[in-house]
Amino acid sequence: MIVLSSIINIALRSLIANKMRTFLAILGIIIGVGAVVTMVAVGTGASNKISEQIASIGSNLILILPGATTQGGIRMGIGTQQTLTMADAEAISKECPAVVAVAPVISGTAQIVYGNQNWSTAVMGTTPEMTTVREWEVVSGRFITEQDVRNGTKVAVIGQTVAEKLFGDLDPIGKLIRIKKIPFEVIGILDKKGQSFTGQDQDDIIYVPITTSQRTLFGQVLPGRVRLIYAKANSLESIPVATEQIKTLLRQRHRIGINQEDDFTVMDLTQMLKAAEESTKTMSILLGAIASVSLLVGGIGIMNIMLVSVTERTREIGIRMAVGAKPKDIRMQFLIESLFLTTIGGIFGLLLGIGASLLLSSLMQWPISISIFSALVAFGFSAFVGVFFGFYPAYKASVLNPIEALRYE
Amino acid sequence: MIIIVENVIKIYKFGEHELKVLDDVSVSIEKGEFLCIMGPSGSGKSTFMNILGCLDTPTSGKYFLDGIDVSTFKTDELAEIRNKKIGFVFQQFNLLPRATALENVELPLIYAGVTPKERKERAREILARVGLGERVNHYPKQLSGGQQQRVAIARALVNNPTIILADEPTGNLDSKSSIEIMEIFKKLNEEKGLTTIIVTHEPDIASFGKRQIRFLDGKIVHDSKKLA
Repeated sequence: MIVLSSIINIALRSLIANKMRTFLAILGIIIGVGAVVTMVAVGTGASNKISEQIASIGSNLILILPGATTQGGIRMGIGTQQTLTMADAEAISKECPAVVAVAPVISGTAQIVYGNQNWSTAVMGTTPEMTTVREWEVVSGRFITEQDVRNGTKVAVIGQTVAEKLFGDLDPIGKLIRIKKIPFEVIGILDKKGQSFTGQDQDDIIYVPITTSQRTLFGQVLPGRVRLIYAKANSLESIPVATEQIKTLLRQRHRIGINQEDDFTVMDLTQMLKAAEESTKTMSILLGAIASVSLLVGGIGIMNIMLVSVTERTREIGIRMAVGAKPKDIRMQFLIESLFLTTIGGIFGLLLGIGASLLLSSLMQWPISISIFSALVAFGFSAFVGVFFGFYPAYKASVLNPIEALRYE
Repeated sequence: MIIIVENVIKIYKFGEHELKVLDDVSVSIEKGEFLCIMGPSGSGKSTFMNILGCLDTPTSGKYFLDGIDVSTFKTDELAEIRNKKIGFVFQQFNLLPRATALENVELPLIYAGVTPKERKERAREILARVGLGERVNHYPKQLSGGQQQRVAIARALVNNPTIILADEPTGNLDSKSSIEIMEIFKKLNEEKGLTTIIVTHEPDIASFGKRQIRFLDGKIVHDSKKLA
């Protein structure tokens, strides 16, 4: 240990003595580590964001939209015809084994008033299953119950944005709000969801019982017709099965012939986002790999400097050997030097990487994620580079013949 | 006998060509001797010194240092012998330019595993003994040639070696410094009984020795002890 501490001291001194060279050698590592940290931060940031979105729409979510019919040879867009019914939703729930929960929705936009505050937002009439389907719980109060749906009670569960806009600091539970001038009692507040992947504020929403919505709010909707149906598959793997089951069932129920087009659309959002997540992951691996190349180049720079250093200090090595340094002592001395270079480079590279990531996120609004893990990996990798690229020069120094080394001019 | 060299042959190979640098050299050196080795360049005296100093091993023959046969030792064992039993003094001083006098003297103690505190104490003490007590924190370039060589002598002495080997220690010094350096060697030999072996080609330097050996073409051609 005495030898080691002295050797560290020796290594540090020689680095300090060659400040400019040391700095340039370290710079390569700083840039390399910085690039890796930044790229990994950007990559994980992007894939985290997508994962968050997947979580926020509710996992294994399937959307069933009406419409896309052909009328006299003109193909209409999604939702042009209200072809889905409450009965469809019930049938899916009963007859599709790969589906665990179904929530139909009758929705519209309405003006909401509380006291002297008012706010325009989306009002969704739905069933209690909505909490399961979207994995969305209330933080206070309760959600719509079966009884609410059956009786068509005038109750509302509000999102965080609505709560904030209408009530500010007040507790909304039990308060009366007016939706389209009709009084509703606020019975619950939903948990915060944040932005959806399309950038919509998901908390700007009000849920009411589906029956109430149909009867009192959006009466123009044909009786029993719904705007869309949310369904939740058993698992990620069973989404395609569930989609197929829903399609078959609905074609049957809607009496669609073999050669006719569907009068509904089944959308698998989770699958879409998973695909996006996969491609983002690939992208971040690619970015990391490219950044690693610069770290590799930095490592080669270290090796170059160390080889020069060994040659320059041949005589010093000879002197040390003459007074009793063993090859392993010499090897250790040079290894510690290169390890020190890369470790210092690693520390500053980490700071540079964190700085660059924060800059990117504030200037370009990119989502970033700096984890302790990625920092440790970058740091460990730079230390590894130090040992790997420092070993050959150190080995070369250790096998010098002391007699020749002492004669070296 | 502190050194026994028996039938040592050293051959250097340059491809096909072989060069016999030492040709069946045998010599014994007693503890406390002050020996000067002379001879023209290429006579084999430097190679002989390298073998005595455990920087090199003989092609054949035996070398006993302090009773140990070191002629078959491997790199690490040789390093340890150099560290514990041998003190080198070179013509070019061979001090580390970026280390102070004190740090240069400490160097062998680092590899001997001595604690920093003890290293400093011992190095200071030895430097004082060679008359550099005031200059422990000077760097080699701030010292004169004679002073640098005294630092080198202090470094050679610091780990209490069995023998001191000096290769042309006065070769780079003016005559006044040369005498001073030789006086130090003489004093060390007389007061401490330190076995000292000096290579030189200056007769007046060689005259400091109590025994002279002359090399020519890889053989010992003159040994003052045998004549006496």
